[in-house]
Amino acid sequence: MADALSVTSVNELRGILHGLPGVDQVGVEARAARLGTRSVKNESKARAVDLAISMVDLTSLEGADTPGKVRALCAKAVHTAPGAPTVGAVCVYPDLVKVAVDALRGSGVGVASVATAFPAGRAPLAVKLEDTRQAVADGASEIDMVIDRGAFLTGDYAKVYDEITAVKEACGAAHLKVILETGELATYDNVRRASWLAMLAGADFIKTSTGKIQPAATAPVVLLMLQAVRDFRERHGRTVGVKPAGGIRTTKDAIRMLVLVNEVAGPDWLDPRLFRIGASSLLNDLLMQREKFATGVYSGPDYFTLD
Amino acid sequence: MPSKSKKPGSAGRPEPRGAAAAGGAARLRVRKTYKLFIGGAFPRSESGRSYVVNDSRGEFLANASWASRKDVRDAVVAARRAFGGWSGKTPYNRGQILYRIAEMLEGRGRQFVEELRDGGLSREAAEAEVDAAVDRWVWYAGWADKIAQVAGAVNPVAGPFLNVSTPEPTGVVGMLAPRESPLLGLVSVLAPAIVTGNTAVVVADSPLVAVTFAEVLATSDLPAGVVNILTGPREELAPWLAGHMDVNAVDLAGASEELANACETAAAGNLKRVLRPAATDWSADPGTERMTALLETKTVWHPIGV
Repeated sequence: MADALSVTSVNELRGILHGLPGVDQVGVEARAARLGTRSVKNESKARAVDLAISMVDLTSLEGADTPGKVRALCAKAVHTAPGAPTVGAVCVYPDLVKVAVDALRGSGVGVASVATAFPAGRAPLAVKLEDTRQAVADGASEIDMVIDRGAFLTGDYAKVYDEITAVKEACGAAHLKVILETGELATYDNVRRASWLAMLAGADFIKTSTGKIQPAATAPVVLLMLQAVRDFRERHGRTVGVKPAGGIRTTKDAIRMLVLVNEVAGPDWLDPRLFRIGASSLLNDLLMQREKFATGVYSGPDYFTLD
Repeated sequence: MPSKSKKPGSAGRPEPRGAAAAGGAARLRVRKTYKLFIGGAFPRSESGRSYVVNDSRGEFLANASWASRKDVRDAVVAARRAFGGWSGKTPYNRGQILYRIAEMLEGRGRQFVEELRDGGLSREAAEAEVDAAVDRWVWYAGWADKIAQVAGAVNPVAGPFLNVSTPEPTGVVGMLAPRESPLLGLVSVLAPAIVTGNTAVVVADSPLVAVTFAEVLATSDLPAGVVNILTGPREELAPWLAGHMDVNAVDLAGASEELANACETAAAGNLKRVLRPAATDWSADPGTERMTALLETKTVWHPIGV
């Protein structure tokens, strides 16, 4: 494993994770709230909207997904709006990866697949690995895995670590995003530990949530994860991306996220290769805002496809 | 100019009428800031702006929120969200809710009389206007389950079809409340719009009466967002409302000739229905025009005997 740092024993891993400084809950919430009030002027906002569009992982993770729906989603991912960038990737369930890959061939838009028994992650490791291999074989360029929250919460960090390294190996060339499901981790300290654990085990991205659990990508949690990737690069020299997902529905939410990225991790992360937003309805709101900048009047949902 | 302060200061401001009650320094009067009514809540303006409202003798009455274009946007979003549920209710149910509003309006009668008198009306004129407003509202409430019979039809056609035309609500209606008759005028444009299932965003510049009316609506089982009321200068807000692509019709009752022209031009973007301002005697029998102006006719051809 090139990206996993050699952690030789369970005790060493526990030592690293529990050696992380504790999170000042009041402080992190106050800072996140203050950064959320920052005013962004119109010219910057127009650029921020385009940047946010290029960072969207356009997602459809419903039991009712069909190949037709995925093809429609892919068409929208490529042709967002005249003059607008394409989205970062399309994110689907593993069995629909082939459909998405066919629809997106040559467009430069990646195909991300959730894997490892998403969203619960309750399956034997062999099943999770097969899930991953299949998605990669079908052409997924990014894999979104979920960690075993049960193991993490009982303190079995080694199990989580080993699982991530194994999945990373199964990914091959595909990028690995590790979903921490912060809504189930109970404390901010746990969010910080899980972030570091995932990065130590070789994650290319750390992602907040599956989108199936509330709360999902809250500002304080994203702030903590951005701190973690910044500190991780400082200490280990490897740059890891961040992907908030779940509950980001409006342009305002997205721009707040970009402010957080710039202020906490730094401008290096204002790049679709290092910051993604997992969302479905957000794209329409971004396109509506884009329309407002172009025409000067507020637009409405009637003029955008429903997906 | 609007003040930027979120919380209105009180320094150097004359006491409102009736504050210096007999008995000396008994208690401080609780003074009210009139807020906006958006999505069933009473937020301050997103911009933080407010302005002072004086009575007809120039004495301080209250602070009111000075809405911004972003409040217009939020109100339209709320109205759109409410449209499905409101237009989907049975006409009978809509009528019942409107009757309930009339009951609450009647109960608040004295407050409306006071506020209209602050605006310069005599007691008799104010009482007459409140009574007329309640009667007008009840009159429109009764139309809820009758307008379809009047505006719809079973059409005779030369073929094996049952051909039915039914009126359907237009959607989100932006309105400028009439300048004259703060209460009766507001009621006379609002009731015909919502009774048929439309939702409304109203810009009113008689903030006291309009916001008190919002309080009536808020306690009447009217679903959140069906009516949204913004206070502030209509010249600033109306063009945003008229140009908004998610608004389906505008009622320019309270617009000047110049403003109405600007709004009509802006409204052309998505071919909104436009009701031009006209000299109207608000106390006269209104007829059904204001209701039918905000209805679309859907005609269905149903095969029979095949």
